[in-house]
Amino acid sequence: MSTGSAAYAARIGMRRGGLEVRHTFTNSQDLWNYFFPALIFLVVMFFMRGAAVPGTDFSLGSRTLPSVLGMNVAFGGLSTLMMSLALEREDGTLLRAKAIPNGMLGYLVGKLVLVSGMTVASILIVLVPSMFMLDGVALTSVTAWLTLLWVLVLGLVATLPIGAIFGSLFTNPRNAGVIMIPVMGMVAISGVFYPIQSFPEWLQGVAQVFPIYWLALGMRSAMLPDQLAAVEIGESWRQLETVAVLGAWAVVGLVLAPWVLRRMARRESGSSVAERRERAMRRVT
Amino acid sequence: MAVVEEVDTPARETRRPDENVVLDVHDLRMRYGTTDVLKGVNFVARPGEVVALLGPNGAGKTTTIEILEGFRMRSAGEVGVLGVDPAHGGEDWRARLGVVLQSWRDHGQWRIRELLGHLGEYYKPYSTERITRPWPLDELIEVVGLTEHADKKVAKLSGGQRRRLDVAIGIVGRPELLFLDEPTAGFDPEARREFHDLVHRLADERTTILLTTHDLDEAEKLADRILILAGGTIIADGSADELTRAMSTDAEVRWTRDGQRFVHATQDPTGFVRELFREHDEAIGDLEVRRPSLEDVYMAMVRQFEAGQHDAAVRQFSEVTR
Repeated sequence: MSTGSAAYAARIGMRRGGLEVRHTFTNSQDLWNYFFPALIFLVVMFFMRGAAVPGTDFSLGSRTLPSVLGMNVAFGGLSTLMMSLALEREDGTLLRAKAIPNGMLGYLVGKLVLVSGMTVASILIVLVPSMFMLDGVALTSVTAWLTLLWVLVLGLVATLPIGAIFGSLFTNPRNAGVIMIPVMGMVAISGVFYPIQSFPEWLQGVAQVFPIYWLALGMRSAMLPDQLAAVEIGESWRQLETVAVLGAWAVVGLVLAPWVLRRMARRESGSSVAERRERAMRRVT
Repeated sequence: MAVVEEVDTPARETRRPDENVVLDVHDLRMRYGTTDVLKGVNFVARPGEVVALLGPNGAGKTTTIEILEGFRMRSAGEVGVLGVDPAHGGEDWRARLGVVLQSWRDHGQWRIRELLGHLGEYYKPYSTERITRPWPLDELIEVVGLTEHADKKVAKLSGGQRRRLDVAIGIVGRPELLFLDEPTAGFDPEARREFHDLVHRLADERTTILLTTHDLDEAEKLADRILILAGGTIIADGSADELTRAMSTDAEVRWTRDGQRFVHATQDPTGFVRELFREHDEAIGDLEVRRPSLEDVYMAMVRQFEAGQHDAAVRQFSEVTR
């Protein structure tokens, strides 16, 4: 593939992603997926707003907001991409892409644009109402927005390849849901809703291996007043460590994902799609 | 993330790089584990030819087509598709092929016009002096008879409309070679007729078409040439007429004489009828000569082949036990 035709296909892919983002706002299933979790988070934060972060008089609800946004980035990159790859492999979207010149490249670029767009949308849906509801969240400086932006981008780069790898490994989208159980476990230990300093040290260590903790921390560093760094592990926002851990995930993912995706794409054919359709139909009836 | 970056292998020269051969399959073999699915398939197809690949389920039709489409690696043999080995076909090769896939629920949120417009864009860089790619959008939608549904969501289409969309997606890049796998499954008679007109139109524009179908009547109507695949080899290759003659299957002559009905099976219906009139002349009524249909010929060939295979197995067995 020459660079020119790859760049051309990537541009088509971006338009594809844009169209698909628009589609998500025109059907009830996707709208539900945007608004229902957002509503839950808002209710949780509303009831937490009176409580204080241990050792401070800062609202626990306001601390939760950036953490939830960080978690949303991880969910978007991991589960949204994983589920849609597994589903679209089953329904033949991927095979169609494969039958078209440079179609796979366009498809993947489109998918990345779609998932990024959906993640930004789901962040805004939580963020905007929260700004009216919670006190103490400081998104007023340019630095704060820049931090939010780099955490968002780095978070997507760290999690999307992992999502792509898992999406390629599952041949049955209904089994892919299994992966959500450990992800939920990670959320529980990553200090999204409550600081984890009271946890045993080894558990804190485990949490700090995975991207969710760092995404939540990174978002807190962007949106909370600096004195709150004092109640984090190491009494600092540890932005260098955030970059290091998320960067490491990104490197591992970017090395493995192309290989796994190519292997997956190579195996797609009409009969493999037909086989999966048969299986899914049997389940329905 | 730069993924799925296919290595651009230069178009390999095949056995006979011939402008007038679109499909060139020589001794194609495919083995899964210890099972031989294809045991030496040979055939060629020329520009503008419509070739129907028939055969019982499990004969290897799908495997053959998937190898030619470049979706499956073969075990052995030489294959040229538009002069390129499909195992090493690059994107420019891919742009000259059309594949009609069975859709199911993909792209459900897209509108027909939007989807065809989007997919067509991929083909733009592959326009040549002779062929302008992609097919102009409105014309394409009209050709497959979806004009009044052009702004409908794909998920809202009926089965037959979806199938037309599949065909439209298959031809959006104005392919030089088109693969049609069971193209008219689920079509009503009118849709089927319109689809046949489309196939003839594509063939007139020198599109080569390889189709599989279980509808032998359709194969007879559409195909210039018929290949019958059974037991992993091509057991017959020719026009419907040629196959009929080769099998010398009996024609059926029906008539009435003095209110009584008669049926006679013969290989020479013309001679038989001439004789019949010479003998009874005006007493003959309701004359009807039914030539063997492709279906009769197909059934006879597959049965003969299977019986032959059975005989061979028995022979082999008796040799071993002797």
